[in-house]
Amino acid sequence: MITFEQVSVQYHGAEEPALRGVDLTVPEGELCLLVGPSGVGKSTLLGTVSGLVPHFTGGVLHGRVTVDGRDTRTHRPRELTDVVGTVGQDPLAHFVTDTVEDELAYGMESLGLAPDVMRRRVEETLDLLGLAELRSRALNSLSGGQQQRVAIGSVLTTHPRVLVLDEPTSALDPGAAEEVLAVLQRLVHDLGTTVLMAEHRLERVVQYADQVLLLPGRGEPPVLGEPAEVMAHSPVHPPVVALGRAAGWSPLPLSVRDARRRAAPLRARLEGRTPAAATPSAPAEAAAAVDRLAVRRGPVPALRGVRLDLHPGEITALMGRNGAGKSTLLGALVGLHRPASGSVRVGGLTPHQARPKELIRRIGLVPQDPRDLLYAETVAAECTAADRDSGAEPGTCRALVSRLLPGIDDASHPRDLSEGQRLGLALAVVLTARPGVILLDEPTRGLDYAAKGRLIEILRDLAADSHAVLLATHDVELAAELAHRTVILAEGEIVADGPTPDVVVSSPAFAPQVAKILAPAPWLTVPQVVAALAAEETP
Amino acid sequence: MPKPRTTRPAVGPRQLHPGAWWLWALGLGAAASRTTNPLLLLLIVAVAGYVVATRRGDAPWSRSYGTFLRLGLMVLGIRLVFALLLGSPVPGTHVLLTLPRLPLPDWAQGVRIGGRVTAEALLFALYDGLKLATLLVCVGAANALASPARLLRALPGALYEAGVAAVVAMTFAPNLVADVQRVRAARRLRGGTDRGVRAVLGVGLPVLESALERSVSLAAAMDTRGFGRTATVAPRVARTTAALTLLGLLGVCVAAYGLLSADGTGWALPLLLLGLASAAGGLLLGSRRAVRTRYRPDPWALREWSVAGSGVAVAGLMVWLSGRDPGALTPSLIPLTAPRLPLLPALCVLVGLLPAVTAPTPPRSSS
Repeated sequence: MITFEQVSVQYHGAEEPALRGVDLTVPEGELCLLVGPSGVGKSTLLGTVSGLVPHFTGGVLHGRVTVDGRDTRTHRPRELTDVVGTVGQDPLAHFVTDTVEDELAYGMESLGLAPDVMRRRVEETLDLLGLAELRSRALNSLSGGQQQRVAIGSVLTTHPRVLVLDEPTSALDPGAAEEVLAVLQRLVHDLGTTVLMAEHRLERVVQYADQVLLLPGRGEPPVLGEPAEVMAHSPVHPPVVALGRAAGWSPLPLSVRDARRRAAPLRARLEGRTPAAATPSAPAEAAAAVDRLAVRRGPVPALRGVRLDLHPGEITALMGRNGAGKSTLLGALVGLHRPASGSVRVGGLTPHQARPKELIRRIGLVPQDPRDLLYAETVAAECTAADRDSGAEPGTCRALVSRLLPGIDDASHPRDLSEGQRLGLALAVVLTARPGVILLDEPTRGLDYAAKGRLIEILRDLAADSHAVLLATHDVELAAELAHRTVILAEGEIVADGPTPDVVVSSPAFAPQVAKILAPAPWLTVPQVVAALAAEETP
Repeated sequence: MPKPRTTRPAVGPRQLHPGAWWLWALGLGAAASRTTNPLLLLLIVAVAGYVVATRRGDAPWSRSYGTFLRLGLMVLGIRLVFALLLGSPVPGTHVLLTLPRLPLPDWAQGVRIGGRVTAEALLFALYDGLKLATLLVCVGAANALASPARLLRALPGALYEAGVAAVVAMTFAPNLVADVQRVRAARRLRGGTDRGVRAVLGVGLPVLESALERSVSLAAAMDTRGFGRTATVAPRVARTTAALTLLGLLGVCVAAYGLLSADGTGWALPLLLLGLASAAGGLLLGSRRAVRTRYRPDPWALREWSVAGSGVAVAGLMVWLSGRDPGALTPSLIPLTAPRLPLLPALCVLVGLLPAVTAPTPPRSSS
């Protein structure tokens, strides 16, 4: 269905090609998952299929990509609309009209389909994606999962043979991600659509894939194969695969269900052992205290009666579905939102009344998009500005950057950094003022496993250095690995608050894969299991 | 077998054709532009507000009436402040207060800052500002009742792409405001203050960057969804289209100049008609290149006629009355008199209330 013949892509001004030596075929009706570390050219590869590379992005494409027999060199993206549907990570950037029904019809209108065909297809698509009740709703009043489903529906109505998706679930909470993946599976099963999808969160998607296309690193040739085979050697893999590798299972399980059926002996070996307890938080004085906090965003109550204490040395994960009030709570802690009632105290200050200069010495927030925080032309200038803003010794920020991101070039532009590097730089900027409380909003969005591993180390060091850390996240694996304590928000209220194992093990939505496999035993992460197995061998 | 209906059904709760709402609102706006009588202007604002309150949907853009109302008040305020500080061309005898006058050098003759403030000047500014504010409110009413994006769907094929550019530009402003808020919040997170000139300047670059990024990603999304697909037409047809459109627009421009400068009374009108016809021909030919079809267009039924008709009637009656009784529509400033509410024009404006009854109730989306 999709054929790559010796494809390489070189962007203007880049020293190395973004993509090299891709020579393979994706057969019809397969769900093909594209995996690899950040910056190996996954988005570029997807772009060559939809024709955006090189027609829209510029650069030089060598070789040939054909989709359903059409050469993307001679067909512009708009001439491929009826064979390729493209959906990106942010559905709001994809929408052209403003209601669900119009959005579904837009592609067909451009193709000039007959009105009665359009009408029928819109109804079919509404049913297929479970959107019938939302048909006349405004697009920006929908939840994240609903928006992503509409975005997929909007490209489906032209009946494309191929669907190209770039990180469709990265921004979604676990429940909404399930919704979207269920739809994709239905398309592959019922309509025979070929799906090519890139995704960092492999734990969510790998069990649905028929084929995995691995880009191992820059300049290395891509590998296409059965998911289990590819995962056995892949540098990026989900926890279920890591557990399978550690336990020596072959073939590797890809889904929780497979692993659970295989896990009885492992459960028996681990019987009677418990994971090493996470560092108990000394019940010191709270670094930040939220008491009966209510915040309104416009007419909507975003937080209602929230109580939360953050202690030095403790890492807390804040979870909950999109729109549950996580970002609002973080915003209230740094004084971006005025409380409607209740109070917020951070190190003796009331955030929304405090002077920013004083507040940043006590609490710092890395926002969802770290780019918001960065505005200088170079990394060096950014560091100088951070030192000046926070009144720190010159060189403080640069030292932090060297620690968090070894080997980064002083002259590089913050916008040219990878997602992980940008997050590190933003974190360094925040840490320059030496705040006691660090907040991170959705830090692992767009990070690969390696970058995530580095982030985990950094945050552990910060906690050991008696910082209080609060991170809002959808990433259950991250929370399981890192957080001492987990707080779950729903509809602006705290519905669960306690040590991470107690909160997540029994939860269907927020349990990490290892917990689901080894339940009811309280194991959360692969390193815990590996440590226990190692201890068993050397008694 | 009967062919299935392609337009939306004209019965039951439905959206009115956006063109009807915009005609109605433009009619009210045209009426407002013929008068400076504050009572009549306020009546127009009230009529628009009442119709919006009874017939708007529950989509986010339905709240734009309030936004435009605030914008109107701001315009009014600015107009008054300028009249207060810079004086006004209206001579007046009723001095309210005298501001200290700023001495200006010779080359700035004719500009005056401070000095006498007369009741006449203030009232003139008030009436003038109110007129402008009323026009804005009328546009806001149209926005609240039918978003520009819906109006776009009703444009002829050849104009579609230009229309998209206009709509993208219109959504640029609200997005920009959201960006400014986000970047200012981030500025606060870095310990910078979010007030003052430096803060505003510092915000500019990141905001512009993200606006550009958004535009580029929107363009990419539209391209992958087939925006701008064209049918191949003979080069001869394409050339004829371009020539007709260009000549038509040129003709209209020259004719408009002739009409305004009042020395082309003889030739301007025929030229105008000729230009319009030529441009229309160009558009019609141009539509052959567009392959777009339209999904469930809104019908133009009796209710649309009544709504559009009421707007046009208000405008027409006002224009007619302004010829017959100019005094009632423009209250005199010299001598200073209290404005009266003229009965006949007021009744005319009230015709604009018709849509509150005849327009269909919009469907409520369950939320």
